Amino acid sequence: MAHLSKELYEKCKSVVALYPEARSALIPLCHMAQGQEGWLTSEAIEDIAELTGVTPAEVRGTASFYDMLHLEPVGKYVVAMCTNIACMLNGSMELLDHAEEKLGISAGGTTSDGEFTLEESECLAGCDKAPCVQVNHRFFGPLDNKGFDQLLDDLKAGKLSDDVPSHGVLSRVDRRFPLALSPSEVAAERAEMENAKSQRDEKRKVSEGAN
Amino acid sequence: MPESNDKITVTVDGNEVRADPGELIIEVAERAGVFVPRFCYHPRMKPVGMCRMCLVEVSSPRGPSLQPACFVPVADGMEISTESQSVQKAQNGVLEYLLLNHPLDCPVCDKGGECPLQDQTLAYGPGESRQVEEKRHFAKPIPISTLVELDRERCIQCSRCTRFANEIAGEALIDFFGRGEDTEVAIFPGKPFDSYFAGNTVQICPVGALTATPYRFKARPWDLEQVESTCTLCSVGCRIAVQSSANEVVRHLGIDIESVNHSWLCDKGRFGYLAMRSETRILEPSLRENGELVEVSWTDALEKAAALISEAKLVHGPQAIGFIGGARLTNESAYAWTKVAKAVVATDNTDAQLGDGMPAELVLGLPRATISDACKAKKLIVIGEDLKEVAPVLFLRLRPLIEEGKIDLVEFSTHETSLSKLAKASIPLVPGEIGTRVRALIGFIKGTKDAGEGIGIDVQEIKNASQALGSLEDNSDLVVIFSNSSAIENTQDLQAGILALEESFKNAKFMPVLRRSNIFGALDMGLSPNLLPGRVTLSGAKEYYKKQWGSVPEKSGMSALEMLKAASESKLKVLVLLGCDPISDFPDSKLAKDALLKVDTVIFVDSLANSSLDYADIVLPASMDSEREGSFTNLEGRISRISKKVSALGSSWPDWAIASELADALGEDLGFGSLDDIAKEIARLAPAYQGLRSTLSLRSEVDEGILLPVTSTKVEIKRKQGDPMVHLGLISVEHQGAPLKSGASNEPGVYSDEKQKPEIGSTVSLISKSDIKSDINLEPETEASGAKSLRLVVTRRLFDRGTQIYNSPFFRELISEQEVRIHPETASSLGIDNGGKVSISGESKKVSGLVVLDNRVDQSGVVLTWNVSEEDVRLLASDSEKSAHWVEVEN
Repeated sequence: MAHLSKELYEKCKSVVALYPEARSALIPLCHMAQGQEGWLTSEAIEDIAELTGVTPAEVRGTASFYDMLHLEPVGKYVVAMCTNIACMLNGSMELLDHAEEKLGISAGGTTSDGEFTLEESECLAGCDKAPCVQVNHRFFGPLDNKGFDQLLDDLKAGKLSDDVPSHGVLSRVDRRFPLALSPSEVAAERAEMENAKSQRDEKRKVSEGAN
Repeated sequence: MPESNDKITVTVDGNEVRADPGELIIEVAERAGVFVPRFCYHPRMKPVGMCRMCLVEVSSPRGPSLQPACFVPVADGMEISTESQSVQKAQNGVLEYLLLNHPLDCPVCDKGGECPLQDQTLAYGPGESRQVEEKRHFAKPIPISTLVELDRERCIQCSRCTRFANEIAGEALIDFFGRGEDTEVAIFPGKPFDSYFAGNTVQICPVGALTATPYRFKARPWDLEQVESTCTLCSVGCRIAVQSSANEVVRHLGIDIESVNHSWLCDKGRFGYLAMRSETRILEPSLRENGELVEVSWTDALEKAAALISEAKLVHGPQAIGFIGGARLTNESAYAWTKVAKAVVATDNTDAQLGDGMPAELVLGLPRATISDACKAKKLIVIGEDLKEVAPVLFLRLRPLIEEGKIDLVEFSTHETSLSKLAKASIPLVPGEIGTRVRALIGFIKGTKDAGEGIGIDVQEIKNASQALGSLEDNSDLVVIFSNSSAIENTQDLQAGILALEESFKNAKFMPVLRRSNIFGALDMGLSPNLLPGRVTLSGAKEYYKKQWGSVPEKSGMSALEMLKAASESKLKVLVLLGCDPISDFPDSKLAKDALLKVDTVIFVDSLANSSLDYADIVLPASMDSEREGSFTNLEGRISRISKKVSALGSSWPDWAIASELADALGEDLGFGSLDDIAKEIARLAPAYQGLRSTLSLRSEVDEGILLPVTSTKVEIKRKQGDPMVHLGLISVEHQGAPLKSGASNEPGVYSDEKQKPEIGSTVSLISKSDIKSDINLEPETEASGAKSLRLVVTRRLFDRGTQIYNSPFFRELISEQEVRIHPETASSLGIDNGGKVSISGESKKVSGLVVLDNRVDQSGVVLTWNVSEEDVRLLASDSEKSAHWVEVEN
């Protein structure tokens, strides 16, 4: 349970600066915060609320809408198993049964050692790999029971640490910070846009008046 | 409404209706007399089209289609059907869906009997359900604040409550959580819905999901009786429906009044009735004998009071008798007490304000703005207190408009207020600097001064303010709302600032905000030194009133401060407290204590015990709101009715009767056999009230009240047809029996025909700008001495330890802790951390509190809160006549 680290907080600030309205940064900030502990702690939600100028209730409400944002602690590896049509035809239901048995948890649960969270997921858009599995948002598949066991072993042994980052991390490559454009350039660009818009509106008014 | 050429024609169920472009189908249909069922739509909030209950069939080039009436604007030639087969099928379907998870616990639900879901299911529903599965279950109910409980099983996700919290109140402390069938309304864990306006969500909830804790299981709607009345807990004067069951008030609901409260109430007003049956209620008259208060009969108490007043008058002259308070009174009672003081006792020593108000001439003399003026203004200056704390519903009306950018706000305040974030400019204030800073801004606009030159404020803020206000020439769209920024100083400085604004912005209108109850009525009725009823001065109307009343005071009298001073010097012998508590409410508590100890007789007229009761010699119990009739004058000068619903507890009398009987005991007849006599006398005599038939004859359809002075015989705005979805509870109670009436009178309040109007007897002119003392003597500042280098600011909160709040268990939890607001730089120079505990030392006492860093506090100031903890902040100051006080803050 922790607040955003100072470093992350500063990074979040620069993301907020990218948007004309601070609250537009809400979802990106949720993902960034989730990268810290794998889930959104109350303290992190309060920080995001402060950064985006909304209330913690609104941040929590928004985050609760999305399955990719977690409001409860998750395991070190979040294993999402697709059970939609393509994967199902390729045996994902059986694979899920196997996974549940293997990990000793049912879908939605976390192993007692805090290593794995198993999720039953809607289509992951990895049908070419059906039955397909995501571990911390990285794709694996097609998998059979043996392949799945192997995957778990490799994860536990740390063999896949190059491929699979820690939970919650969407991308290990940061966008360029600080802004490529200086705030004044952004402001100028926005002003130009506003100007163009008002000119368009003006024109429309005139043409409507003519009609 | 005048026909305009821009109107369009639509057809609703075969009837042609004229409409403005942009109007919503639901509004147009309603005007045509067609009620479209709805849950999420509320006319005072933006439409969302969430519940789908209002689907109607709308013609289009592609054939008819189902559209939500609350979301789609009308277009020329549109054909709308609200009763076609496909509409009925849609309504059946929507209701079947809404009821999938709604429990059938109507018999134990507070909403049962006044529930839109119940009513509309009966009217538009399928009559049966195909649902065989289990409904969803939640723990029920869960408290989401001390006053509101949430039953998630009953919620139909219309988002009225979450939208109200976000859009109107600006405090999104509740929001939807989850998705799909798991959606629920929720608070953030550990952050309850402690909004001052939480109670409104209970009123607008179309099901029983949100219920008010104090009302739970108290009554059934069909047992309720109701009357229309006015809330008297602050000077906004919101219209309310007082509902009672078995002779006990159980609920207040807000009535939708276009010009005042738009159906909203603050929680203090909504639940203020809880004090009526508090243990501290005074029920019987009593006299102090051997140090103890002993219950006596009214006759004995009044005779004793009259004897002591007569004796003091005979021996020491009328100057030795004083009357403090009166804001709690109705206009009629205030008039009666004024007549007792000024005609019978012949003293001008009356003051309804307790040394923390503003001079009556300033309040009554400036061109007054109405709430509608303020809402329609393009530019707004707010000086002084946080409006949310002193006039909550005025804040609620203004906030969304400022947020939407319809009003440009320039704020002068001592700390971050609830409007600061929305303001175009926020200029910090400290006592003693108001005049200087206002003049600095004006100077900058005029171009005669550099921004903030030499007065230590942020130049950028002055520039922003100047930009928002524009030039000095065109100011008809400027409204200035002002109040005392700090509670314990004199108001010279504020006056200087207001007068400077008045002089520079010639067409601006002003709205003084005095926080106490019917204070504007009390001032109108002459309960202030040098004032007589009807907004006239003693000096100006002496002859006029002498002719009417027989006698008036010879010379002008003392203010509350002067009276307490005179009492502490044993020059004042009898002090009558008209529903006030100088001990805990006067800015100088030492002086108040000293005065009440030294004065020979304290006559205490009130409904609830307070700290001043300990000093009372004669106690006369007065009846409370909903137990009394009368009228109320709000901060706009709008008069509205206070109505009686239940019988008075104990032997308490209405204040006017106490005044009248006391006069009788003093050997004078006020001529008031009934309340109506007073109401008629006010309308006949008081100059500003002339043109009314009587202060009580406000016909119930004139629920907007009447703005004084009466300038027009036209009825302002007629009541909108009752909307069961806006007036939840009101309409259904009405349908079940008791009509919503305000008092007994059916006469129109004003003369409809100029010819009927009696000749105005007076040629006395009302108080105007010229009566305002402009030769303000800004006394030299007391300088900071040594370590005491910060200026003390004392602000008010809506919920403090005042009698009516502190005695209610529901409110007590809402009283905040003592906060010490300080600028971050000041704090770091003193080595103080955010959240740390510090002590503040002033003249004679220390007060401790928790630090809140606030960069809108002036660097030379420190802001504390009035009356929220045991420790008395007033003791930090020495003298409420000074314009500033200095204190020291240490860890």
